[in-house]
Amino acid sequence: MTLMDEREDLDHADNDLKPLGHGRMLRKEDPRFVRGLGQYCDDVQLPGMLHLAILRAPMAHARLVSIDTTAAQAHPKVKAVVTGAMLAEKGLAWMPTLSNDVQAVLVTDKVRFQGQEVAFVVAEDRYSARDALELIDVEYDVLPAVVDVRKALAPDAPVIRDDREGKTDNHCFDWETGDEAATQAVFDRADVVVTEDIVYPRVHPAPMETCGAVADYDRVSGKLTLWSTSQAPHAHRTLYAIVAGLPEHKIRVISPDIGGGFGNKVPIYPGYVCAIVGSILTNKPVKWMEDRTENLVSTGFARDYVMRGEIAATSDGRILAIRTNVLADHGAFNGTAAPVKYPAGFFGVFTGSYDIEAAYCKMTAVYTNKAPGGVAYACSFRITEAVYLVERIVDCLAYELKMDPVALRKKNFIQPDQFPYTSKTGWVYDSGEYERAMDVALDIAGYDDLRREQEEKRANGELMGIGVAFFTEAVGAGPRKTMDILGLGMADGCELRVHPTGKAVVRLSVQSQGQGHETTFAQIVAEEIGIPPEDIDVVHGDTDNTPFGLGTYGSRSTRCPAPPPPWWRARYGTRPSSSPRPCWRSRWPTWSG
Amino acid sequence: MQVSMTVNGEAVTREVEGRMLLVHFLRDELSLTGTHWGCDTSNCGTCVAWLDGEPVKTCTVLAAMAGGHEVTTVEGLEVDGVLDPIQEGFIQCHGLQCGFCTPGMLMTARALLDRDPDPSEDTIREAISGQICRCTGYTTIVRSVQWAAAHQAAERAAQESADAETVGSTL
Repeated sequence: MTLMDEREDLDHADNDLKPLGHGRMLRKEDPRFVRGLGQYCDDVQLPGMLHLAILRAPMAHARLVSIDTTAAQAHPKVKAVVTGAMLAEKGLAWMPTLSNDVQAVLVTDKVRFQGQEVAFVVAEDRYSARDALELIDVEYDVLPAVVDVRKALAPDAPVIRDDREGKTDNHCFDWETGDEAATQAVFDRADVVVTEDIVYPRVHPAPMETCGAVADYDRVSGKLTLWSTSQAPHAHRTLYAIVAGLPEHKIRVISPDIGGGFGNKVPIYPGYVCAIVGSILTNKPVKWMEDRTENLVSTGFARDYVMRGEIAATSDGRILAIRTNVLADHGAFNGTAAPVKYPAGFFGVFTGSYDIEAAYCKMTAVYTNKAPGGVAYACSFRITEAVYLVERIVDCLAYELKMDPVALRKKNFIQPDQFPYTSKTGWVYDSGEYERAMDVALDIAGYDDLRREQEEKRANGELMGIGVAFFTEAVGAGPRKTMDILGLGMADGCELRVHPTGKAVVRLSVQSQGQGHETTFAQIVAEEIGIPPEDIDVVHGDTDNTPFGLGTYGSRSTRCPAPPPPWWRARYGTRPSSSPRPCWRSRWPTWSG
Repeated sequence: MQVSMTVNGEAVTREVEGRMLLVHFLRDELSLTGTHWGCDTSNCGTCVAWLDGEPVKTCTVLAAMAGGHEVTTVEGLEVDGVLDPIQEGFIQCHGLQCGFCTPGMLMTARALLDRDPDPSEDTIREAISGQICRCTGYTTIVRSVQWAAAHQAAERAAQESADAETVGSTL
């Protein structure tokens, strides 16, 4: 029986055995999307709305000598032209990042990456705003740029972050985990040591919809409404309160339909802040939508790690220790947004799925003249980097020992009776049947047949490669002592209201960038309280109408505000470690079994 | 300048700048926001609509160039409250997630089915090769188009047999 057949079977099974939420259903979001009736940020049109465009620096590193905005201001359709100096007068030229650094909203002193925000124009229409950018005259004094992470700490490297007092180099932070001495001792007695230099280049998430915002400040009530492409509207609201000095309850952040995020819409970008300032200045709603080039050059990326991996093993393939030294490129401002109290996110999971004796990581992070760091993809927050490192060096070891990469992995897996297992970098793995999971995957892929095919092809002089990887990732950052962003904690919420006629509304702290929360959460609630999912509406992405929470990224949304699925409870009698107690049930302890 | 065209069967006339792109004309002037603006370099395909029945990337067509022509957008696919089989196919086969590329995909796929009612997988993939999807992936999009092809064929067969019956009863 194939997996698809099994699924078909489940659809016709008793309700208890069906997939969560009364069986498979069609997505509730799709009827509006296939009609072109989604409401994305750029679809928001308000009466009297103005358009904002941003002037960006053409070079990576340059001192700002002067800006002349006279001609732009004289443009008949221009309502405001704003520079960094003007923002500085109001204390708004810099904003905090999600990694306790600061980032320039507009350049005041120096350009630190190509594409950085220098000035903005607010005009009656989007074309006029762009026209006016060309009327701004900027004089730059170009400086040598640091674009190679390996050269960032050279003694003669130009200092990028001279905005930070006493800064004389491009050092960003140091971080280590594991036990250096114990790891060295294991390496000293190992039969085999393999070393591999691994460059994991920068990637950009590039969602189909670029980033943008519509800011609408009401000067009478003092209330700011901001539609924005945000994966974390509540966290963003808190940051706007800090940056703009507006009271938090006077800020409403709405994440409407979002055209993909992939981590790109987790950070706060200067454009959002510019839109807010533009609306406050003009007393009008102001829309900012970046174009594709702006999205690619200025918004958050991921990876950019230069890693040296070392693995120590016995000659018969027992892995003893893993060690790594990482040089991390954080760009001009540290904008990484990992929901963990460590500056390198979840990188500590680089010991992978293997039971080893010792591990150690030393990391040095630096500033370069590149766009500030962000995150990318659900399994990011430095997990992908960690997994790439460990799986690559395990492959290198297999090559060295002339062992099958599958056999080597199986020999070193953490065994089911070892759970809960604490890794040598302190991460607790709660459960797993790794060998069985691997066997299922090999079976689906037809691994033995592939190997036979490879052998035949190679005999004929043809090349054929087979890649093997196995990983355990730490996702779903919830309210735990190790997890946090900016001291906000990682708690999420969900409110359920059931109407007298038996229809219900669920208000969620997390929102969707395409994941389909309106369907998923209706199904989860349906499973719990028995109301059909069709009768449950899901409200999300609006800070005025949903409980506080940390947003959607890193595969956290379905598990953080929701209870674990029944099969989990039946099996483990408890909730997964990152899943909080659901808000709509108080009978939690009786659920087990 | 004054531009007149037919959009989804309705005659429209607007005073616009000569440089205005068709995508902005549809979105900002007519509030037809189903046609999306994703790259303005004709790379991504989220802005695809039809010009006289042919799919075009509206970010690289001037509104003025559409003057006197017929434009059809994603909003024009549904007829009298009934979804086009291509729209239904995307719903049935999970052909979308965030929905941003969807209107462009639908317009391209519908145009393909109009000239080739039973396209092969390769033909479908070639037809949508000018569009990018970042969430869902192309496997289920291809399946959605195949669903539409199969169902419109079935619908047509049903319609023909119904017509035949009508003819028969008239005789």
